Amino acid sequence: MSLTVEETKSRNQALIKEVLEVYPAKTAKNRAKHLGTFEEGKDGAKSDCGVKSNVKSVPGVMTIRGCAYAGSKGVVWGPIKDMIHISHGPVGCGQYSWAARRNYYIGTTGIDSFVTMQFTSDFQEKDIVFGGDKKLEKIMDEIEVLFPLNKGITVQSECPIGLIGDDIEAVSKKKSKEYGGKTIVPVRCEGFRGVSQSLGHHIANDTIRDFVFDKLDPNRSFQGTPYDVAIIGDYNIGGDAWSSRILLEEMGLRVIAQWSGDGSIAELENTPKAKLNVLHCYRSMNYISRHMEEKYGIPWVEYNFFGPSKIEASLREIASHFDDKIKEGAERVIAKYRALTEAVIAKYRPRLEGKTVMLFVGGLRPRHVIGAYEDLGMNVVGTGYEFGHNDDYERTNHYVKDGTLIYDDVTGYEFEKFVEKIQPDLVGSGIKEKYVFQKMGVPFRQMHSWDYSGPYHGYDGFGIFARDMDMAINNPVWGLTKAPWK
Amino acid sequence: MTQNTANVLDHFNLFREPEYVEMLENKKKNFEDAHPVEKVEEIRDWTKSWEYREQNFAREALTVNPAKACQPLGAVFAAVGFEGTLPFVHGSQGCVAYYRSHFSRHFKEPSSCVSSSMTEDAAVFGGLNNMIDGLANAYAMYKPKMIAVSTTCMAEVIGDDLKGFIATAKLKGSVPEDFDVPHAHTPAFVGSHVTGYDNTMRGILTHFWEGKERTPNEKINFIGGFDGYTVGNLREVKRMFGLMGVDYTILSDNSDVWDTPADGEFRMYDGGTTLEDTKAALHAKATISMQEFSTEKTLTYTANTGQEVVALNHPVGVAATDKFLMEVARITGKPVPLALEKERGRLVDAIADSSAHIHGKKFALYGDPDLMLGLTAFLLELGAEPVHILSTNGGKEWEIKVQALLDSSPFGKACHVYANKDLWHMRSLLFTEPVDFLIGNTYGKYLERDTGTPLIRIGFPIFDRHHYHRYPVWGYQGGLNVLVWILDKIFDEMDRTTNVPAKTDFSFDIIR
Repeated sequence: MSLTVEETKSRNQALIKEVLEVYPAKTAKNRAKHLGTFEEGKDGAKSDCGVKSNVKSVPGVMTIRGCAYAGSKGVVWGPIKDMIHISHGPVGCGQYSWAARRNYYIGTTGIDSFVTMQFTSDFQEKDIVFGGDKKLEKIMDEIEVLFPLNKGITVQSECPIGLIGDDIEAVSKKKSKEYGGKTIVPVRCEGFRGVSQSLGHHIANDTIRDFVFDKLDPNRSFQGTPYDVAIIGDYNIGGDAWSSRILLEEMGLRVIAQWSGDGSIAELENTPKAKLNVLHCYRSMNYISRHMEEKYGIPWVEYNFFGPSKIEASLREIASHFDDKIKEGAERVIAKYRALTEAVIAKYRPRLEGKTVMLFVGGLRPRHVIGAYEDLGMNVVGTGYEFGHNDDYERTNHYVKDGTLIYDDVTGYEFEKFVEKIQPDLVGSGIKEKYVFQKMGVPFRQMHSWDYSGPYHGYDGFGIFARDMDMAINNPVWGLTKAPWK
Repeated sequence: MTQNTANVLDHFNLFREPEYVEMLENKKKNFEDAHPVEKVEEIRDWTKSWEYREQNFAREALTVNPAKACQPLGAVFAAVGFEGTLPFVHGSQGCVAYYRSHFSRHFKEPSSCVSSSMTEDAAVFGGLNNMIDGLANAYAMYKPKMIAVSTTCMAEVIGDDLKGFIATAKLKGSVPEDFDVPHAHTPAFVGSHVTGYDNTMRGILTHFWEGKERTPNEKINFIGGFDGYTVGNLREVKRMFGLMGVDYTILSDNSDVWDTPADGEFRMYDGGTTLEDTKAALHAKATISMQEFSTEKTLTYTANTGQEVVALNHPVGVAATDKFLMEVARITGKPVPLALEKERGRLVDAIADSSAHIHGKKFALYGDPDLMLGLTAFLLELGAEPVHILSTNGGKEWEIKVQALLDSSPFGKACHVYANKDLWHMRSLLFTEPVDFLIGNTYGKYLERDTGTPLIRIGFPIFDRHHYHRYPVWGYQGGLNVLVWILDKIFDEMDRTTNVPAKTDFSFDIIR
């Protein structure tokens, strides 16, 4: 039962109306602004897909969002491998986010790398009552003794820090001086700040500006080349940054830094020497990219390494900032991988052609992965951002088809109802959503963690992406959910 | 280029291919300003030393790789065990995203819970409006039979008055006046997840029992405590009670909600202790808790109502199960039936069959306080020798109790107990005083990697192995499961260390 675009639109409108009926009036009015159907060309190029975003979640609705701490410790800072990131406050935040994001790295954990460890000040009642600054000082001293190869420390504030009036900036400054100018970064990413992870990204970006860039030794030596680029906003989930880096290097560029998956403090410090910043996750790292553009004159370009169509366009776009050598390099890379991508499509497209997908993810993925699905003949019929802003929805215009259902900061209830009624062939979202839909008999892939697979970026990643979507949708288990006697 | 469609290479193998290995070596060499390999080796060796251990144990402020979570996690765990109950955590919303993810990763199940989504303005003015709107929305959308309120540290630091807030929300019509909204303060900076379970259980019982007249009857109440094996364990307990003909109420039965079928329907709520049974549980003659340290305040409250209270310590194995069943028999007057006696005999038989492989093996174990007591007792029963027993959320009282248990057996002589220590302490222990096997949760795999001590996964959370939570560790059947998990690892290790042709494979026996 294939619907026309107009039928889809009216079905979506009816569906939105239906889900809103469950809410108390005030909440219905609020949520109505976050739900919509994309109308191609209706609002011109600046269209935000017709939804409001980046505002407070409604209490009690089961938002999927996290907090500023998750955005800073979990996303931006956490993957910097040779620094120690202290989850400052009670034990829980660090515990639940401990090694959960699969930011791959090479290093000897506990000796020169610390990503998959949980350093916490484990606040007790007395720390709340009397303040935690003394404890924090002592923690830094103990870190210096027990983890002597660490290259720096960040203090990732949990909710109580900002409420009890601790001065983590003063502690960090004092200890940095004491340790001969060591990088120690106080981050005010308390979970109650802002409306989602998003403010945590911004705060973390700002601390890199203030505590890394602004403290750089002006005499720092770095042998640059005309082809130096930095990968910004790739967290190397399942190795994504690696399968991206390899393409950039193959086209002749020199990747001097990875932000922040498998990244190091030295790479952060090198970045102001880049000729171009290539930005994958716009949402979480546009701030620092803009800053580097303003302060160091480094241009930045967004790219998309999901699926061959977008990879090809992105490689050319990146190359357009360089000379013919790199432009030829891009063509060479595209040509080199053509046989592989054709083979992937030949194998999987017939198994996936015409299948429909509903997404709900964070960062860049609600739009960026659409092209990869389309390369496999699949259609994304609904999408939304966990913590997107207006500029994300504006960028989504170019990706979604007319009539696509759009849901911002979707509630558990809405998502369940939308999927129940639309019955897509696949849902791509997070761990909290995974089992809801699998119980409903709907194939699912986690699109934050790649469901423990990956990488999905780059040409090597596309083969894995295709295999995984196929194994989800064409899993024989979905034929078994109904008992035969019923 | 090595990627191919016939055999798609993902992260396991892709990055071992030469072009990636070379790329990553160059990255390190040219851009990371990495420490020299020799230096890394030197420090790595130093971390294995007694000297490092002493400095590590001298820590007073820093916690590294703890084996505990925070109170509200336990609150959510307890709340979902009641019929149609939606946990509502008052405070920042990110916390709730974390609890839900954490449980979903362990149980491979949906985990429903809402937050009052407090932000900066609520930090200044308090979260009353969040409570009013939150309860109204949750009630309208998710149609619960009960909403169980707990708190994040944010709400605790600013001192929100839950009782007053809920009363105001009811006045404002968020939920009907007679709708059940029990509450518990669950500050993350006090205790751990087991404390949160305790506070929430007490909060729910208080809500239903306070001010009610108790008319004792012949039923018993059963409380499991915070338990990663709750699905398997509670079903096993029900089976055993069924065999005994005991009339019982399990308080917080989350065995169904965390084991729902994939049959086309998402069940936000499933099973659970009915609210009627919860109310009526006041009249029970006794309450048995399987985990003393997870139910301290609950049991005090329960005892004050006039019920007899029995506190066990996560009983695992023969003697511990004997004690559990005999307590049930004593309280109810129902004898332990022949069927269970036969199961007991079968567990004893299994131990007799296998103990030669376990006898004298050295174990390190860490986890929640009661689980440690239960597992230690079983190890002693098997003739194994516990060497290090560690609990991040175990205190002085726990330490004394474990020591007493160790003192009761010749197999416990060489063992030390470590309260309030973390897995970085355990790392030093394993390097300086090595053991044969480590028992712990998923995070123990980092210790296994670093120290080479084979890990037997028993505890919470288990993220990287599937479905063990569906198996009981309680009862004689549960003891058998634990025995098999321990034996499997022992045999796997035997095979792994005897499989080198012409070197060690004379011991690569097919009969063991």
